Amino acid sequence: MGVSNAPAPTGMPLPPGAEQDEILRQVTGELQDKGFVIASVDKLANWARTGSLWPMTFGLACCAIEMMHAYVSRYDLDRFGVVPRPSPRQSDVIIVAGTLTNKMAPAFRKVYDQMAEPRYVISMGSCANGGGYYHYSYSVVRGCDRVVPVDVYVPGCPPTAEALVYGVLQLQKKIRRTGVLFR
Amino acid sequence: MDTALKELGDFIRDELGDAVKDAHVRLGELCLEVERDEILNVIKYLRDDANCQFSTLLDVCAVDYPERTERFEVVYNLLSMTHNTRIRVKLSTDEDTPVASVTSVFNSANWWEREVWDMFGIGFIDHPDLRRILTDYGFEGHPLRKDFPLTGYVELRYDDEQKRVVYEPVKLTQEFRTFDFLSPWEGVQRMLPGDEKAETEADAAKQEAK
Repeated sequence: MGVSNAPAPTGMPLPPGAEQDEILRQVTGELQDKGFVIASVDKLANWARTGSLWPMTFGLACCAIEMMHAYVSRYDLDRFGVVPRPSPRQSDVIIVAGTLTNKMAPAFRKVYDQMAEPRYVISMGSCANGGGYYHYSYSVVRGCDRVVPVDVYVPGCPPTAEALVYGVLQLQKKIRRTGVLFR
Repeated sequence: MDTALKELGDFIRDELGDAVKDAHVRLGELCLEVERDEILNVIKYLRDDANCQFSTLLDVCAVDYPERTERFEVVYNLLSMTHNTRIRVKLSTDEDTPVASVTSVFNSANWWEREVWDMFGIGFIDHPDLRRILTDYGFEGHPLRKDFPLTGYVELRYDDEQKRVVYEPVKLTQEFRTFDFLSPWEGVQRMLPGDEKAETEADAAKQEAK
C-alpha cells in the first residue's frame, strides 16, 4: 500500500517539493519491488480526467479570439492538459465560445451528442450564457443551456483569456469534487 | 470633385433618357434614381460605357419605408476603378413586384440578391438560385421589414423526450424595455435649495436705482 503512508489525502494534487518526491520515491520503490501499485480507482480516474480535458473547438464569435489567446503562449492551457481537438469523438469538454444562433443550435446539439461520456460544457461569454446582447433577437438562442446542460458559466463580453483559464480550473475542481466513475 | 460628379450624372441622364428619373449629388456622392424595369440596362450601361466603367458591384441592399406606396428601395453601389468614382443606383418596388436580377451582368450580385430576398422579401426575376441565405432553415418572415417583430415568432430549445431541438412560440420572461434616455440629471432645474432667496441681478439693479 504505497500511497496509504502518504499524508491525509485532500483530493488536491501535491505541489512539487520534498513531500511529492517522497511519495514518488515510495511508489517507484513499490513498483520495482512488487511490480504493481494500489491506488483508489476514482482518484485515479479523476486525476486522468482533470489532467487531460480536451476541448472541442467550437468558436462561434468574438469569444473565440479570447479562447485562442487562452490556448497559446501567454496563458498556454496546454499546461493543464487542455488541447483543442477538431473532432467531438476525441473531446471531453466543449467550450461554447460565442453567440449560439437558431441555425447553429441543431448542429451544436449534434456535436454534443457525438462526444463520449463523461463530457462537460463550458459556456463562455454573455451570449452563450443567456443570449447577452442578442437576448431579444429573432435569431439567437437565449442561452446555450436551452440546448445542452452546462457545467461552468464564464461571464464577460468577451471574458478575458484569464477568465476562461479560471473557468477551466473551476471545471477541474468540479470534476474532482463530484468525480465518480459513472455518472 | 462635386462638379465632375454632377457632369457625370447629367451625362448618364442624357444618355439613358427616361430610364433615369433623377440624378443628384449629395454629400459628395452621386446617386441615380432609375425606373424599376430599366435596371438591367442601366447597370449594363454603367459597366460598359467608356466614360463610366463601373466595373465593380460593391453591394446590393434594400431599405424599407413603410409609409411609401412602393415601400422598398433597392440600392446598388458601384465602383469605377479606372475613374476612381463611385455611384449609387436606387429603384423602388413593393412586396409583390419583383425586380430584374443583375446576376447576368455582375456575378457578385447573386448572394446579395439572395440576402435582399431573405431580409426583405423582394423577388428577383431570372435569379439562378433565389433562396434564403442567412436565416434559419424553414424560417418564416423577412426580418428587416419594419413590421417584423424584433424577437421574431419562434424560439428553440432541446426537448429531452423527443431527443431533438424543437421550435416553440416565443415566450419572454421579461418584456423588452424601451428606454426613454432622459436621465433625471438632465430634466432637473439647476436650482439648489435656498437659491430662490438669493437676490437676482434684476433685483440688484432695482435696488441701485433706488
